Amino acid sequence: MFPASFDYLPVRSVDEALAALAEHGTDARILAGGQSLIPAMRFRLARPAVLVDINPIAELAYLREADGALLIGAGTRDVAIERSATVAAGYRLVSDVAAVVADPVVRQSGTVVGGLCHNDPAGDWGVAALAGRAQIVVRGKAGTRTVSIDDFLVDSYTTAVADGELALEVRFPTPGQRTSGSYQKIERKVGDFATAAAAVQLTLGPDGTIVDAGVAIGAAGPKATRVVMAERLLIGSRPTTELLQSAAAEAEKISDPVADTRGDVDFKRAMARVLVQRALIATLERLHVGELR
Amino acid sequence: MKIRVTVNGALYERDVEPRMLLAYFLREQCGFTGTHVGCDSSSCGVCVVMLDNERAVKSCTMFAVMADGHEVTTVEGLANGTELHALQQAFWDCHGLQCGYCTPGMMMTSLVLLKQNPDPTEAEIRAALAGNLCRCTGYQNIVKSVEQAAGALAPAAVVAK
Repeated sequence: MFPASFDYLPVRSVDEALAALAEHGTDARILAGGQSLIPAMRFRLARPAVLVDINPIAELAYLREADGALLIGAGTRDVAIERSATVAAGYRLVSDVAAVVADPVVRQSGTVVGGLCHNDPAGDWGVAALAGRAQIVVRGKAGTRTVSIDDFLVDSYTTAVADGELALEVRFPTPGQRTSGSYQKIERKVGDFATAAAAVQLTLGPDGTIVDAGVAIGAAGPKATRVVMAERLLIGSRPTTELLQSAAAEAEKISDPVADTRGDVDFKRAMARVLVQRALIATLERLHVGELR
Repeated sequence: MKIRVTVNGALYERDVEPRMLLAYFLREQCGFTGTHVGCDSSSCGVCVVMLDNERAVKSCTMFAVMADGHEVTTVEGLANGTELHALQQAFWDCHGLQCGYCTPGMMMTSLVLLKQNPDPTEAEIRAALAGNLCRCTGYQNIVKSVEQAAGALAPAAVVAK
């Protein structure tokens, strides 16, 4: 299983990458970690004529806090997130995801931005990015623009990155003291595609009322999906067992999975509910909310 | 395309097609057949090698051209002449293998684990090896092997010698 032939263009700067994309148009694909693209090429599901390898661009491999957000460059591998003390301390949702993407060896090559750009329906980062209200920085010939994750994830394997553009960075807003989150996933074995997944991020007001909520599910349709009705139920309410159950039920209503060897449709939809509820409970525990009524 | 890759300390200059995968480069162009190919689809971990002394990578899911100018260590790079590396000795002592097919990947994944975390708990070893499949051992003795190797490689053990 060898990929079809292609031309290989390693680039050393973002400008070089953009020039290569401009020259080769839709024939070119960006190669970052390659952990999804290379298997896809091996199975001939992808046949790019040109691979523009951004791995040599050292300055894209960064992870830092600035402007009220965690900035993750397009060269930053999952393992860097997994080992970051800053992420572990301040970004519980992001930290949860970094520990469960694919398997530990894949995480040493795969990148966060690459995962978002691949936009696999069962991918992890898109789900977390929705709950954490992330933004993606995209650069093209016309300049740099910032895209909300909701607009970025267009459809299965399709994003808002236009021809000739390169996704440079993902930004997760820095959670305050009263914000936390959780990512929950069921997989048959480490490294398998998710059977179901859910991400939650909640912000509590001083009186314990939920003032902001991000809820999303994965492996539950053509792309990672925001559970808007769950967010509406949660915002403005005080957390109770009944509220969490109602919010989680909204995930089951909109979950639209495909039956496969991982489970049938009813099972996967039920798991979307269960995982949202688990993520809500885990988040409230992290926010030190006591026993719920 | 002409590439220069350092494998186990020696420089290999070869002319390869961009679509050549690193696993096949190591086996067929450089002769390091200790790097096995199992699932050939990034699922089993038997092809894991170490890149630039810091990353465990699946050599079936990386193009050889991406290793141009980099340093690769395969299982053949572990031993110092006839002296086995602590990981090899531990796998021998603890019966960490039966058929041996997954062993190079297990060792190279463990090598990177021990560089990053020299004193891992049993749970951390199991987590680090979660993407490496073994169809013989049931994993118990592999975990014991890595525990023994960690002890043997620890600075305290060197001092004690």
